[in-house]
Amino acid sequence: MKRFIGFVTKEFYHIFRDKRTMFILFGMPIAQIMLFGFAITNEINNVNIAILDKSKDDETHKIIKKIRASEYFNIEQDIVNENQIESVFQKGKVKAVLVFETDFIKNLQTLKQAKVQVITDATDPNMANTIANYVNSILLNYTQEINKNSKASHLIQTQTQLYYNPELKSVFNFVPGVMTIILMLVSAMMTSISITREKELGTMEVLLVSPLKPFQVIIGKVFPYILLSIINATIILLLGFFVFGMPIEGNLFLLAFESVLFITTALSLGILISTVSNSQQTAMMLSLMGLMLPVILLSGFIFPVSSMPMALQIISNIIPAKWFIIIIKAILLKGATINVIWKETLILVGMTVFFIVVSIKKYKIRLE
Amino acid sequence: MTKEKIIAVQNLSKQFGNFIAVNSISFEVYKGEIFGFLGANGAGKTTAMKMLIGISKPTSGEALVAGFDVKTNTEMVKRSIGYMSQKFSMYDDLTIKENITFFGGIYGLSRNQIKEKTEKLVSQLELEDAVDKLVGSLPLGWKQKLSFSVALLHEPKIVFLDEPTGGVDPITRRQFWEMIYAEADKGTTIFVTTHYMDEAEYCDRVSIMVEGSIEALDTPKNLKKKYNVASMNDVFLKLARNVE
Ligand SMILES: Nc1ncnc2c1ncn2[C@@H]1O[C@H](COP(=O)(O)OP(=O)(O)OP(=O)(O)O)[C@@H](O)[C@H]1O
Ligand SMILES: [Mg+2]
Repeated sequence: MKRFIGFVTKEFYHIFRDKRTMFILFGMPIAQIMLFGFAITNEINNVNIAILDKSKDDETHKIIKKIRASEYFNIEQDIVNENQIESVFQKGKVKAVLVFETDFIKNLQTLKQAKVQVITDATDPNMANTIANYVNSILLNYTQEINKNSKASHLIQTQTQLYYNPELKSVFNFVPGVMTIILMLVSAMMTSISITREKELGTMEVLLVSPLKPFQVIIGKVFPYILLSIINATIILLLGFFVFGMPIEGNLFLLAFESVLFITTALSLGILISTVSNSQQTAMMLSLMGLMLPVILLSGFIFPVSSMPMALQIISNIIPAKWFIIIIKAILLKGATINVIWKETLILVGMTVFFIVVSIKKYKIRLE
Repeated sequence: MTKEKIIAVQNLSKQFGNFIAVNSISFEVYKGEIFGFLGANGAGKTTAMKMLIGISKPTSGEALVAGFDVKTNTEMVKRSIGYMSQKFSMYDDLTIKENITFFGGIYGLSRNQIKEKTEKLVSQLELEDAVDKLVGSLPLGWKQKLSFSVALLHEPKIVFLDEPTGGVDPITRRQFWEMIYAEADKGTTIFVTTHYMDEAEYCDRVSIMVEGSIEALDTPKNLKKKYNVASMNDVFLKLARNVE
């Protein structure tokens, strides 16, 4: 145990004294989250919209006036029929189209409720979401006013419809995505580099000549990265939660368990990479090409798996990150319990065991 | 000198694919001896040494180190030896003190032992002012002396040095050899490879390896007599020529 602590201490010296390592460990996750987060802004200002008013009555005019008066929207054009909706979006002039139903005023007065459809261009998913929210709040405001005056309860229903990106990729998508990438980066790439560094420098030999067993060396090298990965995951979740309002619906223990599981998967991949590479360069290239690219391209983080060609969809199954993203989204957004995600969890466990067994085999061969 | 065998090697070979790096070498090393393991670049010195220290499995043959079989009892072999690799054996981004603490720690020395050793070692090497400096900032000669001392921290019976003086000036080499003598006087066996033929003269006995085989093995004095030359360098040249 004392040896182990000594080993881990030494490993932390390496980490804290290397600026590049420190940057990747702590700068990257924060930078990535902030970048994604603020590129997807939550505030809107003078967004161009179009209006299709099928009713053209007093109420709709009042509402439109109110919308026009707000600093959030700029009514770029009025359109006269539904066929135009697609084309105004295509031209990219407007981000949203509001559709007032026919007989708006009649419905509002007799049925006490009327409908407005908010159609948004969801290629910029967060924007789409925000627009819908702003329209909602303007309409809510308006109904509150008329309700106060008439002492009755009127309701304007809004129906939101998303064009182009019905999955609504947004902050809720990128936080799990960034978390997955960072965990891969820290756990797999950094460990494989740190192990190959010792090989390259020749110190690995000195360690292997010592009474330490090879697996103790590996565990000693890997352990600090487990700690750092956990810290990283926590930072990302906290930023997501506090800065970008990402929900955390599920059980925190389950979340922690699944994260540690994925960290283990990534570490075992890192060890595997280090057994087949003799230089830090190779380890880095292997990690980037073999791990990061698939994570970014095939895990469903940026491109939805369901819209990939069949061949890629099949390949995506062997990417651990894909399963982790499914798990983490289910926990964060839907509050899923283990009953829901046991299958994905088992797949990750299986992969981890496989990678560990293969790296032990490879490690033995290398000692020949 | 007591003639107690501490290393016994019998027909030891190592093959990489079709290439025979070490070809059935046999020799013995006695306790307290400085044994010089000479050979040109690529002769197979490092490969042979790696088999003796238990990090490379022999293709065939036997080797006993400190009485333990390198094939079956690697753990005990490792506990009995110190090793200074051909590449540098310490961490540049750790201070002298941290390096000593780390290596003392993996050999299971207690905190007090490490403290004592550090003080002694630092004062011997006159590095008092540098204990908290990063090893990377030291001159090569100091690094090598330091890593020799670190290889001896756990008081091994045998210490393996793979080209310990590569690339340093003659004065530092001289100092390094004084350290080796001092250690050998304490009864530690020194197994050392080198390129420098003047260093061969300092050894009790030397073996000369050419293309994987041991071509000569004796005291420097006897070898010079046998080949009828004045220096070890000439012995070496003669042997190398014979092979070509
Ligand atoms: N893992 C390996 N796989 C294949 N060939 C190897 C391996 N290790 C060493 N060799 C080859 O074995 C031969 C002997 O190498 P070795 O490092 O033992 O020589 P050496 O005597 O220590 O040389 P030097 O003085 O340069 O250190 C070289 O030709 C080398 O290329
Ligand atoms: Mg060598």
